[in-house]
Amino acid sequence: MTPATNNKNAFVSGLRSLTRKQLFIPIAALFALIIFNLIADPSFFVIKLGYNSANQPVLSGYLITILDYGSELAILAIGMTLVTSASGGQDISVGAAIAIAGSVILRVLCGTDSRPDHMKAPIIVAFLVACVVAMIFGAFNGALVAFFKIQPMVATLILFTAGRSIAAWINNNELPIIAEPEFSYFGTFIPGIPIPTPVFIAAACMVVIFLVLKFTNLGLYSQAVGINPHSSRLNGINPAIVKLITYMILGLCVAVVGLIKVSRISTINYSVVAKDIEMDAILAVALGGNSLGGGKFNMAASIMGAYIIQFLTTTLYKFNVDSTALPAYKAVVVIILVVLSAPVVRERINKAKKASAKKSVKEAA
Amino acid sequence: MENSEVLQLRGICKYFPGVNALQNVDFTLRSGEIHALMGENGAGKSTLIKCLTGVYVKDGGTILIRTNPSDAPEAEFDAAHIRSPQDAQNAGISTVYQEIALCPNLSVAENMFIGRSGAITNWADMNKKAGEILSSLEIPATPRQQLGSCSIAVQQMVAIARAVDMKCRVLILDEPTSSLDEQEVEKLFKLMRDLKAKGVGIIFVTHFLDQVYEVCDRITVLRDGCLVGEYVIEDLPRVQLVSKMLGKDLDDVADIKGDSDVQAVDTSKTPVLEAHGLVSNAGIKPFDFNIYGGEVNGFTGLLGSGRSECVRAIFGADKVLGGTVKIKGKQVKIRKPIDAMKNGIGYLPEDRKHDGIVADLSVRDNIILALQVMKGFFRPFSRAKAEQMAQEYINLLDVKTASSDTPIGQLSGGNQQKVILARWLLTNPDFLILDEPTRGIDIGTKIEIQKLALKLAAEGKSVTFISSEIDEMLRTCSRLIVMRDRKVVGELKDDDLTRNKVMATIAGGEET
Repeated sequence: MTPATNNKNAFVSGLRSLTRKQLFIPIAALFALIIFNLIADPSFFVIKLGYNSANQPVLSGYLITILDYGSELAILAIGMTLVTSASGGQDISVGAAIAIAGSVILRVLCGTDSRPDHMKAPIIVAFLVACVVAMIFGAFNGALVAFFKIQPMVATLILFTAGRSIAAWINNNELPIIAEPEFSYFGTFIPGIPIPTPVFIAAACMVVIFLVLKFTNLGLYSQAVGINPHSSRLNGINPAIVKLITYMILGLCVAVVGLIKVSRISTINYSVVAKDIEMDAILAVALGGNSLGGGKFNMAASIMGAYIIQFLTTTLYKFNVDSTALPAYKAVVVIILVVLSAPVVRERINKAKKASAKKSVKEAA
Repeated sequence: MENSEVLQLRGICKYFPGVNALQNVDFTLRSGEIHALMGENGAGKSTLIKCLTGVYVKDGGTILIRTNPSDAPEAEFDAAHIRSPQDAQNAGISTVYQEIALCPNLSVAENMFIGRSGAITNWADMNKKAGEILSSLEIPATPRQQLGSCSIAVQQMVAIARAVDMKCRVLILDEPTSSLDEQEVEKLFKLMRDLKAKGVGIIFVTHFLDQVYEVCDRITVLRDGCLVGEYVIEDLPRVQLVSKMLGKDLDDVADIKGDSDVQAVDTSKTPVLEAHGLVSNAGIKPFDFNIYGGEVNGFTGLLGSGRSECVRAIFGADKVLGGTVKIKGKQVKIRKPIDAMKNGIGYLPEDRKHDGIVADLSVRDNIILALQVMKGFFRPFSRAKAEQMAQEYINLLDVKTASSDTPIGQLSGGNQQKVILARWLLTNPDFLILDEPTRGIDIGTKIEIQKLALKLAAEGKSVTFISSEIDEMLRTCSRLIVMRDRKVVGELKDDDLTRNKVMATIAGGEET
């Protein structure tokens, strides 16, 4: 009786510490970044209320920047987490797809006129068209992965390569500019509200995905398919359709970020917009402690990972790291984080902990 | 030189943690013979082959091999130290596995010469040599042809040609025929006979009895890691071979019918499920099947005889190519598992790890999975409802788990199987297919599962049971469908349900 209960207790507590561990790495990373900034320059945490050129109240400061730009990443991380879970791979075409979605929005708003006096369609219509287009491209990626069983990274390499050219082609390689201020609300500030709009958009996306995970079986299906497609099929799930759906959901996320991106500058730069954002989105998933090999996932951890990546980027900018050197610095930090969260290393750390605990017990005796 | 011994294995032992995979196994191969290595799953065939080919290092015994084939028969044997597949190759032992281990994107000639010591760099030379070997073995392929463009049988032959050209004296064919059709098998047999005539000793591992009796000269039977015996083919009728493989003596027939709970089935009603000429892409011959309410029937036959493929075709797990299915008299189309599930069919698959459990998901999610999928994507069970259902079945089947949150992968095999069983019981099927539900689990759980099958039948449900253990089948089933070489060869019921009769039907050929 006693050994059984002991076993059970040990098991339960072991399980608890395991779930704790998934959030442990991102939280530790966040603390490390906060402490580093506190020591190096506490002014990092200053938030100021000021007025912008339109004389509207806006908050500014590094933390606001992190929330602002981290929100783009967080939205992408939602889709990337689902894609990773179901297909055991990642979509590297999201940056290029954002360019397409942004280009579509501008095309619908401007028509053939690259500098219209007023928008030719409501913004919501332009956004919905972009959603449809981005989901079609998502479905293209998803179909290659689900039906043709192509490695996700290889399948999405096609759109990664071609996406920005397609984006430029949609607007005949012109750079339409939208003059009306209400278009810029999505990427900057709504008059009277001092918090950047992307934060609200990201919050809305988080609420939506939370409700979707609660009121549908998306989570159960994508995890089951990611862990064991054979057994999922024998339980009536169609693994190919589930994979396809996750890529289409990522397409939706891409459309939302596309809107934010073009709204920020009221125009688009095809070759630069959302450049390398796919790597940050993938890192967000990994940093959240989710296996990039698919299966179980923790959505909250991925979203947290997104903001931490942005925290890191902003910290590096703050210390005047040259933008060309930025990826190198980032890579170093990322290597440390990813290696620390690798299961192999975790196992070793656990073993070392156990050994040292035993040793200290012996010494005490 | 004819029939001189080329290979002697003496007292081979191999231990895995907790298992004696091989205990003191002897095996002798003569030149110019085809020697079948037979045994049920887990008998130690593949372990023995792997010790011989250097994939495993044996824990005891000696491998003796004649180093020079031109030596006189009385020449000394050398003890071979085989510690890696390379050692085995150097000793003249070549192996062709079930899965072809060649590169389909290279040419036939390149495949024959790749990775060989003293690699040929002159392509013309290589193609010429390959052409000579291919024509001498009458293999219908050209050296420059891409390997992937050949049929599976020809690829198999190229693999053999590669092995033969390495001057092997011992050729091991591990289930080479399982993915071939009849004509292809014929071609392969012709090649094997040619090689035999050239003095090569061939070890042939297969599950197909007819094939053994067609090409082999001798049979060595293993069971539970021990040698049962070596026999000349003429001295060992099929029935005796089957009884030796299964470890049941034919004369030792206990009265099993006496203690069976099998009840009479009312066959005047419409069958719960009726299939005609059902055939799938898994290589089985079209078959008919029916089952009535309150009946437990079963598919029996040796491993690889097509038992699982039949039930997979019924469930829509493999691609169904033809045939009709009626459920309670109404014709239905079952193309994929969900169709079968909606028609009240449940299927507990044979390979629990590969097809059953979703290892990282909790016991609870694994239990509700099938019912949840049937309920629909947009109607998930509440956490409380799922927990209540999971707990009910954890208690009902006495699943030993720390909690319903524990990932199923951490449970023992028997408890995993109970969870999968719970998954299907929860869907309340009219017809439940149990494919090897008792394999690899402890005796207590085995009996519980057998009782459960009978209990379901008593409640008016239908159960199809598949097991490698004939006794288990006789205890639970009132009707047995016998499979051999991927086709239904008989149906046994009432007085025919005896161990003798079942084994004789499985063995086929001449009956004793």
